[in-house]
Amino acid sequence: MRYEAPVTVNELANLLSSNDGIVKILAGGTDILVQMRSGAIEPDLLVDIKGIDAMNIITKNKDGYQIGASVSCAALNENVELKQDYAGVCEGAGLIGSAQVQGRATMVGNLCNASPAADSVPCLVAVGATVTVVGNDGATRQTAVENIPQSPGLTSLGKHEFISSINLPKKPINTGDAYLRFIPRSEMDIAVVGCAVCITLDDEGVCTDAKLFLGAVAEKIIIVKDAVKAMVGTMLDDEVVDNLEKSASKACSPINDKRGTIEFRTKVAGVLAKRAAIIAYKRAMNKMKQ
Amino acid sequence: MTVVQVATKINGDEVEFICDSSETMLDVLRDRLHLTGSKEGCSSGDCGACSITLDGRLVCSCLMLGVEAEGHEIGTIEGVADGAKLHIIQQKILDHAALQCGICTPGIIVAAKALLDKNPNPNESEIRFWLAGNLCRCTGYDKIIRAIMDAAREMRGD
Repeated sequence: MRYEAPVTVNELANLLSSNDGIVKILAGGTDILVQMRSGAIEPDLLVDIKGIDAMNIITKNKDGYQIGASVSCAALNENVELKQDYAGVCEGAGLIGSAQVQGRATMVGNLCNASPAADSVPCLVAVGATVTVVGNDGATRQTAVENIPQSPGLTSLGKHEFISSINLPKKPINTGDAYLRFIPRSEMDIAVVGCAVCITLDDEGVCTDAKLFLGAVAEKIIIVKDAVKAMVGTMLDDEVVDNLEKSASKACSPINDKRGTIEFRTKVAGVLAKRAAIIAYKRAMNKMKQ
Repeated sequence: MTVVQVATKINGDEVEFICDSSETMLDVLRDRLHLTGSKEGCSSGDCGACSITLDGRLVCSCLMLGVEAEGHEIGTIEGVADGAKLHIIQQKILDHAALQCGICTPGIIVAAKALLDKNPNPNESEIRFWLAGNLCRCTGYDKIIRAIMDAAREMRGD
């Protein structure tokens, strides 16, 4: 296996387009090195992107945040401003693996691993995040995060394409996001159900926009449209929240395995939807008071 | 097999080594540099026995390639003691009898040190969550947690 560590995005694009064998990108390595070790993949060329400065930084501009593809989840959670603006996104990313894994794992890696149980993905989708995709001629395009995963392990990226950053939009005022997951133990496990909610309020505390996504209960993460309809125009009183719980459960089509039966995952999806919505609503209220 | 040459810094010393491009940092440390303090448990990032620091950040050396060390600074268990003088965390692990077979111990000490370097006053729950990626099948963890809390107290000078 050849290993290359380009220092510019163009060099990276050239490497990817000029090699026809199995070419893989190395950022945090917390998935790919395990896959290589088990023999699941044997790359001819492994391209480490951490030598490219732009990949390692978080920048804030007028459009929001740009998070480089190799920014670790630990680094993400050390960015105080980002954590305040996007509490749910940061808590989703912060749930992946141990302290050791956090030091290396990245959100782009989590996204490109294309697992429906990826902890960082539902909240990225809920807040309307996009990714910058670079093609073989160095040309870039933006696409929504939800367009990347296609089915477990499969992404929509072309053979020579890679993601250079995740872009979080400038957050609308009075907006709160939250992510919760259920695992059978307290740490170091993969979501049995995950739920992300993003809520925007008007100045009276009435919900004007809402998104609710569930992870690990279908082949891809799913939006719960009925829950969104139920929240808009309300102040999330008890009745609304109870309906939310029912519609989240109804939207599930999970797998059945030893970590969670269909019945259990369906029930838990409703419970998490309810709890995550309440947290997101409170966060949006707190933003309003600021 | 592609052999690469790597220049890095380990525990403050400039080190150069050659390795295969697909060799993990753990294998480089143990098999090429004879720094066998970092242990191999799972080789999949689940057990933490191979914990090291990379530019001060705690990572599993089994989830890192040796070639990735180029130009960076590595910290291993061998760099924790000051010559023959044990680090406070190491001493407290002994005082509290917080080890039995000892395989997890280097990883736990490296992880605990990384925690106390950034948070000198963690509560019990913070320590337990931080060490969730360090498995110990002997002690039941309680003595380890007590040892680290005691070490933190002494390091703060309380």
